[in-house]
Amino acid sequence: MNDFLLALAQAVAKGLLTGMVYGLMALGLSVIFGVMRVVNFAHGEMMVVGMYLAWAAFDALQVPPMLSLPAIAAVFFGAGYLLQRGLIQPFINRPEHQQFLLLLAVATLIANACLAIAGPDSLTVQLESRFDSYEMGPLVLDTVRVQAAFVALLITALLWLFFTRTRTGKAIRAAADNHMGALVVGLDVRRLYAVTFGIGAACVGAAGALMIMLVPVTPSLAPDYTLLAFVIVIVGGLGSMTGALLGGLLIGVSEAVAGLLGDPALKSMFSFGLLIVVLLLRPQGLLGRKETR
Amino acid sequence: MTDRNRFTRRGLGRIAAGAALVGAPLPLRFASAQSAPANLKVGLILPMSGAQALIGQMCKHGADIANDVFADLKLPVKLDIVTYDSETKPDVARTQTEKAVEAGCQVLVGAFDSGQTIAVAQVAEQKGVPLVVNIAAAPPITESGYKFIVRNFPTAPMLLTSAFDLQKQIFAVSGVTPKTAVVLCINDTFGSAMLGGIKAMLPKAGMPYEILETITYDAAAKDLSVEVAKAKATKADMLMPICRLNDAKLMVQEMVKQRWEPMSINPGTPGMYEQDFIKSMGKYGEYTISIQPWLDPKSNMTKVLDKHHTAKFPGVQIDIDAGFTFEALLIAANAWLAAKSTKPDALMDALRKTKIDEHVMVGGPIQFDAKGQNVNIKGTVLQNLQRKPKVVLPKESAEATLTFPQPGWGDKRRT
Repeated sequence: MNDFLLALAQAVAKGLLTGMVYGLMALGLSVIFGVMRVVNFAHGEMMVVGMYLAWAAFDALQVPPMLSLPAIAAVFFGAGYLLQRGLIQPFINRPEHQQFLLLLAVATLIANACLAIAGPDSLTVQLESRFDSYEMGPLVLDTVRVQAAFVALLITALLWLFFTRTRTGKAIRAAADNHMGALVVGLDVRRLYAVTFGIGAACVGAAGALMIMLVPVTPSLAPDYTLLAFVIVIVGGLGSMTGALLGGLLIGVSEAVAGLLGDPALKSMFSFGLLIVVLLLRPQGLLGRKETR
Repeated sequence: MTDRNRFTRRGLGRIAAGAALVGAPLPLRFASAQSAPANLKVGLILPMSGAQALIGQMCKHGADIANDVFADLKLPVKLDIVTYDSETKPDVARTQTEKAVEAGCQVLVGAFDSGQTIAVAQVAEQKGVPLVVNIAAAPPITESGYKFIVRNFPTAPMLLTSAFDLQKQIFAVSGVTPKTAVVLCINDTFGSAMLGGIKAMLPKAGMPYEILETITYDAAAKDLSVEVAKAKATKADMLMPICRLNDAKLMVQEMVKQRWEPMSINPGTPGMYEQDFIKSMGKYGEYTISIQPWLDPKSNMTKVLDKHHTAKFPGVQIDIDAGFTFEALLIAANAWLAAKSTKPDALMDALRKTKIDEHVMVGGPIQFDAKGQNVNIKGTVLQNLQRKPKVVLPKESAEATLTFPQPGWGDKRRT
């Protein structure tokens, strides 16, 4: 394999692995929107809180992020459930700009709390394996990235099983498809919405625990992640689980390949370029359903 | 008949008013006595908050121990140092300098960053208060005809000339010369300025290597795997990183993961000699080479400074920020002793005539040319050894032996 092809294969592999974690992050946003039609503008901030919790568990108790992940996801589920019941539910039927302002306020509060508690400096977990890599023929794959991608994929699969195989999952999908119908057949839609927000929050918390293994955390990361999650779900299709995963993979690969082919400092331009193309040619996203008015 | 001695509320008010009138000059007299300079009052302008807060605090460490070091060295001087926070913003640096001058500061020291220093310099010039620049490399600071400024820090061209000279010394001492190089460069103002300088000066510097590619990356980059892969693909003999702390860590981490082991020389940027880098990179941070002005390990004053720094800030490594800030205060104190006055003209005259043979940073005596620039500062080659940056070149200041090229990531010498 010549040098360029090897570098390209390396970039694609790295992009796919990172894209799986991106996909998990965006999945939370997509699930919440798909069911409740509420856009979580505090998504990046929640992700950063997940990263901080994983860092704190490692720093204080030497628990690696992989092991603290279930606890973080559980905490996020509970917090998301309560946030939805206490704060977001009253806004469900209000105009979108009010929902936007509410979640923007939540985002600002979280970001400033992170800054006040953790400070502006970047924090990272010093995992033993952070310098390790696997060799697969001529490819060298970052151990931590492979592990994070595997766990992200596993969580996505579990989520898919939950939504397709369990009664609660099916009820959530039913409420998403036909809100009135769900009420008529006696489903507790409010509770289902709270569970959905909890699941979305748990996804982003888990993604945060995985992301801290790849990226040092600072409070200033939050808006970047909110924007990234939006780009991914819009490319994949807002409200589509498979779309979120596909969007994550596409953005991960496009960033990696763009960095290789062009100036790495400008690699984000590729993601936004892709977003513009998708918005122009298929506004509902690659796997999204067309809205009917 | 009226009882004049009767004690009334109105009478009490008159007494109180009279007492206030009589007593008023007392605090004024006290304030006046305080402002009479028993010590030289120095306004230290630093970025204590904002993006450069950490560096500002490191600079302040040098100021916090300055008086103790003077006392230890039996220098008959005590500075009254007041710190003003520039918040990492040039406009705030300007207003804080104005505050410092209004508060009676007789000398200004600062301000780490070139943009902020230029703002401080303009106020210093306008108000006629001497400014001793601790750290700032932009040439205009001493090229703009200012009369109240001296700078004890190399200009950007001085830094680069020194970096090229010291690279040649590394190749000569080690007997290993790279033929090709790749530059990995942070894409911010500082990185662009350094890169521009390297590109402009390289053809005249007579370096033995050719730069195959320059790869820039976003200052907020969260991972550098693609950039490092791209650099590796050039198959260059040597890497020249132009970086800061966080990206330096990401870069080395990726180099280890991708098993890329080029020769590597940091041509004069921060990151790789910093304590956080050394601590978090562990054995992979060892043998990293950076070219920097640094504290002279063979100077007695450095040893005294280090002793007080260790006592006051245990576990914190002293660096150029504290070193140059201390030297700026040493220069101010020396000028005050020579001038025997706090008048701006007298102090400035003494500053221009400064000659300090023993000081803390590597280089010749502290002296200023007609523009107020100390041209005797020398760069050093620092190598991280046993979890500390150690001077390995120039030979007269070396405290350890250079190892070049660096051992591979799996080499047993890395522990």
